[in-house]
Amino acid sequence: MALHSTVTQGKIQYRFREDNLALSEPNKFKAGDLRLEEMIINLGPQHPSTHGVLRLEVISDGEVIRQVVPHIGYLHRCFEKHAENLPYNQIIPFVDRMDYVASMNSEHAFAMGVERMMGISGSLPKRVEFVRVLVAELNRISSHLIAIGTYGLDIGAFTPMFWIMRDREHILRMLEWASGARLLYNYIWVGGLFYDLPVGFEEKCREFISYFEPHVRELEQLLIGNKIFIDRTANVGVLPLDLAINCGASGPMLRGSGLRFDLRKVDAYSVYPELDFEVPIGEGKMGTTGDCWDRTWVRICEIRESMKIVGQCVEKLLGEHKRTREFDPQAAVPKKIRPKAQDFYVRAENPKGELGFFFRSDGKSDIPFRCKVRSCCFVNLSILEELSKGVLIADLVAILGSIDIVLGEVDR
Amino acid sequence: MNDTTRKDQHPDPAAATEDPSSFAYKESFGNSGLIITKVDNLFNWSRLSSLFPMTFGIACCAIEYMSTGTSPYDMDRFGMVPRATPRQSDVMIVAGTVTFKMADRVRRLYEQMAEPRYVISMGSCSNCGGPYWQHGYHVVKGVDRIIPVDVYVPGCPPRPEALIGGILKLHEIIKKESLIHDKS
Amino acid sequence: MMEQLLSLIRNIDTSAEVVADAAPFTVSIAPKSLASVAGALHADPAAYFDQLTCVTGVDNGPEANTMEVIYHLYSIPFNASLALKVILNRENPEVESLCSVWKSANWLERETFDMLGIRFLNHPDLRRILRPADWEGFPLRKDYKEMDTYREVKVKY
Repeated sequence: MALHSTVTQGKIQYRFREDNLALSEPNKFKAGDLRLEEMIINLGPQHPSTHGVLRLEVISDGEVIRQVVPHIGYLHRCFEKHAENLPYNQIIPFVDRMDYVASMNSEHAFAMGVERMMGISGSLPKRVEFVRVLVAELNRISSHLIAIGTYGLDIGAFTPMFWIMRDREHILRMLEWASGARLLYNYIWVGGLFYDLPVGFEEKCREFISYFEPHVRELEQLLIGNKIFIDRTANVGVLPLDLAINCGASGPMLRGSGLRFDLRKVDAYSVYPELDFEVPIGEGKMGTTGDCWDRTWVRICEIRESMKIVGQCVEKLLGEHKRTREFDPQAAVPKKIRPKAQDFYVRAENPKGELGFFFRSDGKSDIPFRCKVRSCCFVNLSILEELSKGVLIADLVAILGSIDIVLGEVDR
Repeated sequence: MNDTTRKDQHPDPAAATEDPSSFAYKESFGNSGLIITKVDNLFNWSRLSSLFPMTFGIACCAIEYMSTGTSPYDMDRFGMVPRATPRQSDVMIVAGTVTFKMADRVRRLYEQMAEPRYVISMGSCSNCGGPYWQHGYHVVKGVDRIIPVDVYVPGCPPRPEALIGGILKLHEIIKKESLIHDKS
Repeated sequence: MMEQLLSLIRNIDTSAEVVADAAPFTVSIAPKSLASVAGALHADPAAYFDQLTCVTGVDNGPEANTMEVIYHLYSIPFNASLALKVILNRENPEVESLCSVWKSANWLERETFDMLGIRFLNHPDLRRILRPADWEGFPLRKDYKEMDTYREVKVKY
C-alpha cells in the first residue's frame, strides 16, 4: 500500500521526544500520592465534551471523584502582548476572537472602556447606542443557544443541538448582513460603528422574534422540562451563594445561585436604563438553588429577556432614532485615540459573566501601556475544583457544561 | 422514458427501478449485474464517500465546523460522521489556532490515526499562524510545522461553504490516488 | 464612603495614599501590609468587599525598575469598587498571597506569576497556568525575548 505523502512533508519542524508531554504540562498528582484504589484519569485536551481544549486531571476511585485539576492554556494566544503593540482601534479584532461566540458583547465592553477613558462616551449618537445594544443582545441569544445546545449534547440529547443550530443560523445571517462576517465581526468601533444597519434590518429582526418565540418554548419543553435532563442536572453541582461570591463568579453562575445581580442594571451603562427587562434568578424549582438546572433555566429566561430588549430596540430604531441620510456611524470615531495617562477599569455583562478590561495608558502614545482582560470564563472555571468533590464522572461533565466556558476567553 | 435509442447509450437508472423489464444494465453488461472498473477507482470512491472526521475543534473555527456538521450545512450528506477517537477517523480537520502547548498533543493524535489519513487545515490560524503571526509567542505559525497537511482552507473563520469546498478538494485528491504508484 | 475606606486603610497602613487619575478609586499601599488591609476590607461590616474581581500585574520596564500589582475589589451590598495598588521591586518581586481571604485569588495570582514572574508567598499552588511548564521567561515583561525554538519548531514567523 503506497504511503500517503504530501507536498508539505518537508516543512515539518517538530521533533518528538518521549518526555515532551510530561515536560510541557505535568500532572499535579503523582501516582505515589494516591491511595491504593485511586487512579488518575485524564480527560485530555481533545475530548468531545470539554467544550474546547481543556484538560481535566481527575483523581477518582473509578467513579467517584476525589479531586479535579483543570489544566488550561492550550489556546493561549497572547492577547495581552498584542494589546501592548497595537493601537486601540486595531485591538478590536483580537477582542472578538477571545469569546468567539459572543464577539459583539466583548467589543462593546472594550469600546465603552476606551470611550470613557477619552471622555467621549456622552457624545455618541443615540442611534449608535441602540444599534450596539441590538446586536449585543442578538449575540447574547446566540451565545446562550450554543451553551444550551452543547450542554444537551454533553448530556446525551442530540436533537436540541440541531434545532439550535438551525435557529442560530438566522441570527448569524442577520449579523452577516449588518457587518459582513458570520462569527467575528469587528463591527463595534471605538466611537461608533463600522457601518450602519442595512435597510430592512429592523423589520427582519421583528420577523425573527415572532419566528423564534415558539421555538424557545419548544426547546424548553424538549430539553429543560425533560425528566431525563432534570434527573441529570437537578441537585448536581450545587453552588452555594457565599462560595459563588467569594470565588468571584458572575453572570448566570451567580444568578443561578439566587442573587439578582446583573451589571446591565447595576452599572446601567449604554442605553440599558431606557429599556425594560427583568433579571431572572435560580430559585431551586427542580432541586436545590444553585444547581446545574438552575443555571440552564437562567439562560433560557435570559434568552426571553433578550428578545424583549431586541423588540424594544427595534421600536426605537424605527421610531425616534430613525435612519436619516445624514447619519454617519463613524462620525464620533476619533482620528487619534490617545487618552491621557490614567488607569481605567471597565466592566460589562457578557453572556457568560462579567467581562472587565483594565487599561493603563501613559498619555504619550496611542498604544496601551497595559491592557488586561478580566475574563469571566477564567474565574468561573476556577470554581470547578470546588464544585466537583465527591461527584460521579458523568456529573462532572454536567457541571462543566453548566459553567458554559469558551476556551478562547479562558486562555485569551 | 421508453426511448429505445437512449436506453442503449445511457442506461437510465430511474427507468430501471420503474420498469424491471427494461433493465438497461442487462442489455449493456449481460444478465449478471456486473460493473467493470479499476480497483483504484473503487477504493478511492469508497474512501472519499465515507471520510470520518475527528472532532478536533480548537477555537473559533470549531464553531463554524459545528455549523457545517449539523443542520445548516449538513456534512452527513458527504458521508462524514464525526468520530471522537483518532483510531476510527480518516481525516483530521484542524480547526483553530495551534499553540505550542497543544503542538505535542496534535502530533500524538496524528500519529494515532490509522492510514490512510488526511489532514485539512481550516482557518488562517492553522494555515500560517493567522492574525497572531506578529506578536504571538505561543502560537505555532501554521500546523504544517507539526503534521503534513493536504488541504488548506483560508478564512477567518472560513464559511461552512468554504470548508465544504475544502472537503471536495480533498475528494479530488483522493480520486487521484493509486494502490501501486507512490503519490506525491 | 471612600473617605471612610481611606481612613480604615490608613489605620492599618499609615503610608497609604490615593492614586490620581485612576478609575475606580485606587489606593496605593505598602506590600507588607497588603494581607492585613485586604483582610480588614473583607471582614469590616462598613466596607464588606466580598469579591476580588481582578488581579493585574504591570511591568514598568527596566528603567523604572518597578512592578505593580493592582487588585480590584468590589462590594456587592454597597455597590462600591476599590483598587489596591502595590509597588514591588523588579529584581525580586514578591508579595503576600490573598488566597486565604478570597478564593478567586488562586487562579488570578497564578496567572500574574505566569505572565510577569511575581512570586506570591503562601500561595497553595504556584505553577504556570497558561504556558507550558518548561517555557522560559515571563512574556509580559518589557524586556522579554522570545525563545528561538520550542520543541525544535521556530517560535517567530
